[in-house]
Formats: sequence, C-alpha cells, structure tokens
Amino acid sequence: MTAAPGAFPLHGWDWLQLFGHFLLLSLLSVGGALTTAPEMHRYLVLQQRWLSETQFSSSITLAQAAPGPNILFVALLGWNLGMNSGGPLLALAGVVLSLTGILLPSTIVTHLASQWGHRNRHLRAVRAFKQGMAPVVIGLMLATGWILARTAHDAGPAWPLWLLTAATALLVWRTRVHVLWLLAAGALLGILGVV
Amino acid sequence: MIEHETLPEDQPGPRSLTDLFLTFTWLAVQGFGGVMAVAHRELVERKRWLSQAAFVEEWAVAQIMPGPNVMNLSLVIGGRRFGWRGALAAMAGMLALPLLLVLLLAVAYGRFGGHPAVARALRGMGAVAAGLIMAAGLRLSGGLKGHPLGALACGALAVAAFGGVALLHWPMPFVLLGLGGVACLATYARLDP
Repeated sequence: MTAAPGAFPLHGWDWLQLFGHFLLLSLLSVGGALTTAPEMHRYLVLQQRWLSETQFSSSITLAQAAPGPNILFVALLGWNLGMNSGGPLLALAGVVLSLTGILLPSTIVTHLASQWGHRNRHLRAVRAFKQGMAPVVIGLMLATGWILARTAHDAGPAWPLWLLTAATALLVWRTRVHVLWLLAAGALLGILGVV
Repeated sequence: MIEHETLPEDQPGPRSLTDLFLTFTWLAVQGFGGVMAVAHRELVERKRWLSQAAFVEEWAVAQIMPGPNVMNLSLVIGGRRFGWRGALAAMAGMLALPLLLVLLLAVAYGRFGGHPAVARALRGMGAVAAGLIMAAGLRLSGGLKGHPLGALACGALAVAAFGGVALLHWPMPFVLLGLGGVACLATYARLDP
C-alpha cells in the first residue's frame, strides 16, 4: 500500500492525539477487536482524513485473510498512517504506536481482573459470573460467524457463500479435517468463480 | 463443573514461558480469519490445558473485559501459571509472527491487490473463516452439559444472544451486560453458596 491521494499526513502532535484516541478506544473495546472498527473509521477517515476509505477497508480485509488475531487490522491502519506521512520508517513507528495504544490499557485491566477472579474463584458470585455467561458467549460466537459471513457477501449471489460457510461449520464441528485444507478449498472455489 | 479448577495442578499446562510463546505462535499462525476456532482446538483438544467448560468460562472473561478477546484469552491463560511474564509471553507469541506476516501481506497487496483473482480468493476464504467460528461455537456447546440452568434455558439464552446481535444488530456490549446479567443472576440463585 502506498500513500493515498487525498489523505492528510500526520505531524508531531497528531501522533500523540492518535495514541490518546487508541488508548481510550482500548478501554471501550468490549466484545472483540472489530467492535471498535466503526469508531476508528469515523475518526481516521471521516473526521481527520488521515486515511482513505480504501486504505481503511483493505486493512480490515487483509487482517481477516492473514493468520493471527483480527486486532492486527489496527497494525495495518498504523502502517498506512505512517506511509501517508512519510514512508516505511514512519509506517513501522505507526504500527508500534497503534498496537501499543489499542492493547496497553485493556491488557492491564483484564490481567488484574482475571488474577482477582482466579484468587476468588470459589466465591459464589465469581462462579455464577463465569458459568452464567457461558450460554450467552456461545450465542455471540455464532453471531460473530454470521456477521463475518455477511460481510463476505458484498458482491455476487450469496447462497453459494452461505453453503460454503455452513459446510465448513459442519465439517469442523463433526470431523477432524484440518483448517488449512478448508481455507485452501475456499480460496480455490473463489478463484474458480464457484462462490 | 461446579467445583473444578481452571488449571488444576495434575492437568497438563504450559511448562515454561517459551512453551507459552511457541504454543500461542503456533495457534496464531493457523488462525486464518480469527484465532478463536484454532485456540479451542489446540488448547482444549490437543494440549488439554483447559477442559471444555473451563474454556467457555475463560472465554466469557475474555469477552466481557475490554480488549480483543483472543488477546485477552492468551493473557488470561499465560497469566494463570506465570503471572505478568506469562501473560506477556503468550501475547507476544500471539502477535509477533502474525504481525510480520500481515505486514508482508500488506506490501504484497500493494502490488497485486488489483488482480480480480485475489479478491475472489479472499471472498472464498472469508466464507470459510466464518464457518470456522460457527463450528467453534457449536463445539463449545458441549461444555454446557451439567450447567446449573439446564439445557433448555442455556439454549434459549444462546439463541437470544445470537438473534440480538446477528439479526437485530444490537450492540454486543449491551447483549453481554443485559442477557449475560440475567443469566449470571439466575445461575447465582441455582448455585450452592
């Protein structure tokens, strides 16, 4: 990705502002990495115009396609911000700054809370919290799959993609087929134009 | 399910910080389209660091706390045996190699991203990735056996959470706090003091 036409470069204080914004978003990012994406889009693309629309959406798509946690889309946002502002060196700085900002506060809070919960795991309230949340969490996991399936449906007929999603879910649930084979099959079906 | 420990001493767990780092690196690089599905398979079914029920419980904590949930899961599991250093080792494993890969991919995408075959391949892989996460959810439902609320209430809660977020587009934090709060209170009432 290279500098996008129409995007403003970041200078000195802008980086600090960006860091502060990510620190704040980190504490609000309950429910997964992608829940903060709409707010980042509003801030980076619409308000500050530091990123183009294409840079933003391709960052999310690439992070989804690559192995690893989805939060890496934030690293790609930082990369693009740096590329828009000067080049690869600034881009690497942007990666470090963005990832640190989005992870540092939430990591501290979660670590302290989980250590406390573990020390007090025999408390009735702690057990009730962990067990009570379980069915809701499972429902949310299915919903995440559903939402991801829908975002892949921007172009072309939807039903072959749904079929692929459903077949994958059944195969992984009921058999021990390796994930990489399924992903390769998905890529191949996509290239051949079947889905 | 009621009286188990998250990582009892006789159950296999991470042996060292290096073990944590490598385990999480390995599961992260397999996690196309998200790590959750792979994390479940590696940690519960292969390494047996966690039981089904314990995985769901830790997952609940990872979901309700701020931060990306797979990062939270790795820091909770890493921190359980080795404190701060374990949490950092697990998170570093989760991030280091995938970060390198995604940056390489970004550079490659800058060169070849315009090719329509690339976009079509990504579409197919996206559909598979969505199925992987659904399968993880279906498998985890096995961990609900023996739940104090019973199968029917658990099923209803899961369906309500799914419907609220997937079909009605309610914000996930509200669903977690609302439905989750009701579920926790009901569970509290059913548990022995």
